[in-house]
Amino acid sequence: MMSTPNSVLRRALHCVLLSLAVFAFTGAGDPASRFKEIGHRLVCVCGACGELLLECNHVGCTYSDRMRNELMAAVTRGDNDDLIQQAFVQEFGPTVLSAPTTSGFDRTAWIFPLLAFALGMTAVVFVIRAWKNRPSPAPAGGVPRIKAADLEKYREQAGEETDL
Amino acid sequence: MALIGSFALLLALALSVYCFGIGLLALVRKNDPDWERLGETARRAGVVIFGAVFLAALALVISAFRDDFTIAYIFHHSNRDLPAPYKFATLWSGQEGSILFWCLLLSGYGFVLRLRYKTDPRLFAYASVVLAAVQIFFLSLVNFAANPFGLLEGPLRPDGSGLNPLLQYPEMVIHPPMLYMGYVGFTIPFAFALGALIMKYPGEKWIHITRRWTMVTWGFLTCGIFLGAHWAYAVLGWGGYWGWDPVENASLMPWLVGTAFLHSVMMQEKRGMLKVWNMWLVFATFWLAILGTFLTRSGIISSVHAFAQSSIGSWFAWFLAISFAVFVFFFVRNKSHLRSENKLESLVSRESSFLFNNLLFLLLTLDVLWGTWFPKISELVQGNKVTVGAPFYNRVAIPVALLLLLLTAVGPLLAWRKTSLESLKRNFLWPTVAAFVIALFVMFTPARWGSIFGLKPWHDVSYFYSLMTIFLSALVACTVASEFYRGGRVIADKTGQGMFASMVQLTHRNTRRYGGYIVHFGVVLAMIGFSGSALNQDNEMAMGYGDKMSIGGYDLVCRSYTQEENGNQFTEWALMDVYQNGQLVRTMSPQRIFYKASQQASTKPDIDQGFKEDLYLVYEGQNEKGQPIIKAHVNPMVIWIWIGAWVMILGTALALVENAPAPVTVRVPKLVEHAAPVATGD
Repeated sequence: MMSTPNSVLRRALHCVLLSLAVFAFTGAGDPASRFKEIGHRLVCVCGACGELLLECNHVGCTYSDRMRNELMAAVTRGDNDDLIQQAFVQEFGPTVLSAPTTSGFDRTAWIFPLLAFALGMTAVVFVIRAWKNRPSPAPAGGVPRIKAADLEKYREQAGEETDL
Repeated sequence: MALIGSFALLLALALSVYCFGIGLLALVRKNDPDWERLGETARRAGVVIFGAVFLAALALVISAFRDDFTIAYIFHHSNRDLPAPYKFATLWSGQEGSILFWCLLLSGYGFVLRLRYKTDPRLFAYASVVLAAVQIFFLSLVNFAANPFGLLEGPLRPDGSGLNPLLQYPEMVIHPPMLYMGYVGFTIPFAFALGALIMKYPGEKWIHITRRWTMVTWGFLTCGIFLGAHWAYAVLGWGGYWGWDPVENASLMPWLVGTAFLHSVMMQEKRGMLKVWNMWLVFATFWLAILGTFLTRSGIISSVHAFAQSSIGSWFAWFLAISFAVFVFFFVRNKSHLRSENKLESLVSRESSFLFNNLLFLLLTLDVLWGTWFPKISELVQGNKVTVGAPFYNRVAIPVALLLLLLTAVGPLLAWRKTSLESLKRNFLWPTVAAFVIALFVMFTPARWGSIFGLKPWHDVSYFYSLMTIFLSALVACTVASEFYRGGRVIADKTGQGMFASMVQLTHRNTRRYGGYIVHFGVVLAMIGFSGSALNQDNEMAMGYGDKMSIGGYDLVCRSYTQEENGNQFTEWALMDVYQNGQLVRTMSPQRIFYKASQQASTKPDIDQGFKEDLYLVYEGQNEKGQPIIKAHVNPMVIWIWIGAWVMILGTALALVENAPAPVTVRVPKLVEHAAPVATGD
């Protein structure tokens, strides 16, 4: 029986979605890499080292071993990332996360750098345009300015003399 | 000794008040010869401040060497068995001593400034008064709020608490002095800038003077920051070198703004532009250095590096507010003096690149400042603190840093006023092609050549950033090389010298420019070092005799483990044989040390450094069977960070060297081809 165009299209779409899912979730199901990834999103709460959980060097630390065991158990159980992080927050407080979240007031932590970048770039472009349109100040001491065309001619000469 | 030290500090404070008060009055009554003579006494008083503070510092150091535990500071930061270099370092290891050390360096800088007053007596007089005002603050602090000569209450103790074991490392004898010379040194450019603003200094000579001081200070701060990073790597045992801790950030912020100033000052020198901006940059550098000190001493932001919380935070807060108010007052009053002398002619010009350069440095500073303060802001707004750690800074700072790296490649090859398309093509074509080839080489070379190779940017965003860093670093290196080559070739063609000699001569003719290029090259090397962090590997296990652990092409076998003890400490260590391809290549010995006096433990990692990667072993502790728990890291390219730092310091030193005079060309008349015979007997 011949396949209809629609069924071919549907099968192709399923293949594409499956391929995308393979790429998207590559490593996601691997406990070791999940443990490493989530471990770097948490902070050791002992208060003495201030390190990321998986970078705590254990000297004098009473918390990191327990936290690592809990994390490994949660990953092995198959809990998703959000659930694991929420469980740690409930147990140790919001400071257990190594970076602000993207919800509520914490979102401003991430927005500010982007806003600063956008405003800064706008300001610089504005300043450049304003300076370009500014009238040329009178040369001091009557010294004549080099005309742009002459400057270009000398630049080309310098370029030729130093060309690779 | 306590009495001598306390008296010396009071004397220093009195002298600084005299230097400020009489110096200020002498400036106000500038045409009165009597006041001019008094002004000279103020300058001399400023010179003597250094002697008084030096005496106080010497008294504290001698007290440490004499184990004088009647002094509370010595009791808390030293002990009898502490090795001599660390007894000397007691001077800066605690809150009070470090403020005394700050005063010492400030008065040292002031000593040099006041001796060199003949460079420009009037400007130096203004700078001396500004400096004296800052000295009054710090000397008041050390006399009344954080006196290192306070006596210990209660009965005399037989021994001290000892120095924090994390500070018992050779680099810690150098790191704080370098860092403080950087922090404190930024007071001098600020003093000159404020002095020039107040007196409406004509011309740009003040900026030449300020620039050299800033370069020296910047060099020290760079040294201090990298020493701190190296200490963190070699001592703390977590396998990294930068944790974005608030105290680390406090050193980075003035460094970033100071770097922006060192670049934008060229606009003012060459084109008479950015005068207002530069004035604010110098102030911001000084202000951020003080803010950093405030952060580390006030307890307002939690940090593992911070000194114990104390009341001196409010002193710093007031000083920050007053210094800001004074600067704004004089800026508003005299800003008409800071008019630009030229206009911008093109978007594609060196001037524009400096503007974008400054923007990016400022953005980085704001991102770091925001991240450092956000936990406090969050606590104020929503009642709970949050942690702002490495994942935040990496995400916001890395893209900006990469843009800066791009500008580092592009900027120096843009011409002043306007750059033509032809010029762009000529300057950038081959460096861009070379950088692409290098990036492709790194991508497609097998990973067995080294961890950094075989980078596939689509696997992870951190790999993408690493590869971009390598591409842009290669671009900068190629553009720097092309600058040296083109200039060297011109000299070689004219003089007939070899290429290397010509490049040396080229550099000597313009040390600031080519020293700056060498600094850029050092930055490139350090960035290549940073790029390796995306490929770090680690592994950890408890190891009994003969147990094996594999990581990154290495097999580690535990040969033995043991303990030893002396008067100062108790040490546990393991002996690990390292195999590669079945061959024993080396033996390493990570340790854990327990310091008796302070009852604190620290690790002493063993690091095998290589140009491709470091093998880094940490003795983390013991399991219930008494077997050592060893954590192994393979960290690619780290050594290039330290090499890059050295190159940056070398470039800075070179940029401070005076230019060689330009060779003098003497025209001689053409020789006559057939000489007339000389008549004899005439």
